[in-house]
Amino acid sequence: MSNIIQLAYLIAAILFVLGIKFLGKTKDARKGNMLSAVGMLLAIVATLIDLNLATFPEMLACLVVGGGIGLYYAKKVEMTQIPEMVALFNGFGGLASLGVALSDHFLKTEILAVEIDTVNSVSIIASVLIGGVTFTGSVVAWMKLNGKISGQPITFKGQHALNLGLLLTFLTVAVFTFLYQDDPMYITILVVISLLVGILVVIPIGGADMPVVISLLNSYSGMAATATGFILNNNVLIVAGSLVGASGIILTQIMCKAMNRSLMNVLLGGFGQTTTSG
Amino acid sequence: MDTTALIMLIYVLVLASFLGFELITKVPPTLHTPLMSGSNAISGITIVGALIATNEMGFTTLSKWLGMLALVLATINVVGGYAVTDRMLKMFKKK
Repeated sequence: MSNIIQLAYLIAAILFVLGIKFLGKTKDARKGNMLSAVGMLLAIVATLIDLNLATFPEMLACLVVGGGIGLYYAKKVEMTQIPEMVALFNGFGGLASLGVALSDHFLKTEILAVEIDTVNSVSIIASVLIGGVTFTGSVVAWMKLNGKISGQPITFKGQHALNLGLLLTFLTVAVFTFLYQDDPMYITILVVISLLVGILVVIPIGGADMPVVISLLNSYSGMAATATGFILNNNVLIVAGSLVGASGIILTQIMCKAMNRSLMNVLLGGFGQTTTSG
Repeated sequence: MDTTALIMLIYVLVLASFLGFELITKVPPTLHTPLMSGSNAISGITIVGALIATNEMGFTTLSKWLGMLALVLATINVVGGYAVTDRMLKMFKKK
């Protein structure tokens, strides 16, 4: 990759850092958001310049469709519904990371017919898991906030055991995904488990705690982007992803503290609710 | 991926994470949601990955279609994220 592209990525990374910094200060917040948007534009343009011009039409089509949808909903949404809108946008980001990981998996197994090395395989599997959990988790948070499903915690017997079982199954199938890369069945199972886990970890949490959950899922979507960066050997994905991943965790803690809750307390859902109200 | 490249990427990951931890200190409660929304837009950086995934000739492969799907979704995340954050912050200024 050419040096100019790497330099553009570096400037984008600096703009993201300044953006997050300013977003935390009342006076400069709007400027911070602008700076980070300029950074994003720079990263996109640099990537486009670096890529094959022959595929530019379909890229432009996707950018226009996605941009149109995003802009329309960002303008249309009621002020009070913004948190749930953010949840949905965040979910799409997670699903996008999952999509990039799957795309790369099939590129290597079906088109290039090369073996995926350990680092790449672990990165693909991590991106699928974190991206999938972010997607369905965010969709459940969105549904709880806008009343499509009840904001009450949904709990049932053996919930934690089920989650643990799914996670163990995931790890087992992940090994098979690495060993039998040509068989698309294993990675498909990983996608399904990831999507299920996202639903299961958010349904036991009450509607009032959703802002904290969305903040945590936002941190996850950053980590999913980081994993995608390891798949593609791309610095700007890793920098921006880890910035969001780490700062998102701190923000989540700050939000918990503001509500006089601990993060564990929120995540354990149903139990937490009874202990704090009682 | 060779080990040298991997170590460089891990360097970047570790340092950027520490920076992320240090960046957020005292945030006034009114800025919690805009900050979350603004950094959510940054996590849409996966759009760069989606562009790379879309960069394949022809429309016959699953890989290409997954890349295009990811590109649409990531663009919604980026454009919607920045627009909605700006809308929120504009409201604060008027008050």
